[in-house]
Amino acid sequence: MDSRAILAELPRLRRYARAMLGDRAAADDLVQDTLERAWSRISQWRQGSDLRAWLFGIMHNLRIDQLRRAGLATTSLDEDAAEVPLRPTQTDRLELMDLESALRQLPDEQREILLLVALEEMSYADIATLLGIPIGTVMSRLSRGRERLRVVMDGRQQTANLRVVR
Amino acid sequence: MTSQPITEDELQAYVDDALTPEWQAALEEHLTRHPADAERTAAYRAQKQALKALFQPVLDEPLPDRLQTLSVQPLRAPTGGGWTGGLWQRLAAGLLVAALGGAGGWLAHGQYLQGDRMARMVPLSHQAAVAHVVYSPDVRRPVEIAADQEEALVKWLSKRLGTPVRPPKLGALGYELVGGRLLPGNSGPVAQFMYHDASGQRMTLYVTTESIEKRDTGFRFAREGPVNVFYWVDGKFGYALSAGIDKGELAKVATAVYDQLDQK
Repeated sequence: MDSRAILAELPRLRRYARAMLGDRAAADDLVQDTLERAWSRISQWRQGSDLRAWLFGIMHNLRIDQLRRAGLATTSLDEDAAEVPLRPTQTDRLELMDLESALRQLPDEQREILLLVALEEMSYADIATLLGIPIGTVMSRLSRGRERLRVVMDGRQQTANLRVVR
Repeated sequence: MTSQPITEDELQAYVDDALTPEWQAALEEHLTRHPADAERTAAYRAQKQALKALFQPVLDEPLPDRLQTLSVQPLRAPTGGGWTGGLWQRLAAGLLVAALGGAGGWLAHGQYLQGDRMARMVPLSHQAAVAHVVYSPDVRRPVEIAADQEEALVKWLSKRLGTPVRPPKLGALGYELVGGRLLPGNSGPVAQFMYHDASGQRMTLYVTTESIEKRDTGFRFAREGPVNVFYWVDGKFGYALSAGIDKGELAKVATAVYDQLDQK
């Protein structure tokens, strides 16, 4: 594997880890663990396949391991338990910081999909493969995550106007 | 179009421009007639842009050395295994051999000359480097007592080491105290203080009262794998400062540590 190719992926891995974890040091620790694991499994890497997807997959699995080892269940998907704080009117600058804190209020499963779509612009099918879940699950988590983020940002109490047609 | 109802999935895909052009256009037409959907999809698009803007700056940050280094395949230990495992094994094997030697010497106490037993003790720099490699990568529990309880930390470690110890203040050099822990040394407790800089780079100061040479020494330098160590003996204390940083930078911090501890 070409180290230039890896170097090229590092900024994206760091960005995603930072967005997922919030904390800079913890995010870089995760990226470092990802690279170490990647090198230790370099024999499993197939030349010509998608390096970015491979690295993101390793990172995802490491994170699952960490959560499991720490005895933390991944955040509950119970939609109704969501706390929705009221937000006073703020400037754009504060709004970005606000967005970050709102993002923390999403369950892990929703946040990761939202970020893979928004930051990485991955296709739904690629995300499904990466996370090892059906594409329908990707779609429903994306939909719930976006709506929850919107509600948190709007400081609204209920998702009254969410109309699900199916 | 169309008598077909628009699904939630289609609305999401519309936000991500993941539909065919005709389909995108059909959705747009739908939105003109459904203001609630229009408002919602507009909010999602804005959200997506805002997320990008929020984390975009990370892409332009300089890469930390520890990550840059790992873009090249790390050298493996002769026994194989990953970088971390290999380093670990090498350091730990050395420690084990030395510890067994030390224990053997200890158990056979009367039969060995004092000097012989001493020679079998693990060198300060090596002990410190192993402790650094073991604890500094720990994300969740790098220390036993964190810096926000510094007073309790100082009290506890001083009590266990049987003499006052205190972490030097390295804020002026960009290193903040993370906390500390108690570790087993060659024959008793030793203390480890951990620091980190703004980039998360960690540094540990290993403090022992069981120094082999009962006389002061100047700075000594050792390289243990990727860890650089400055160590010295001052009075009854042996100190070792370890970090995966450049020797010159580490020397600067070591000098500051020495100056502070010497002033007591």
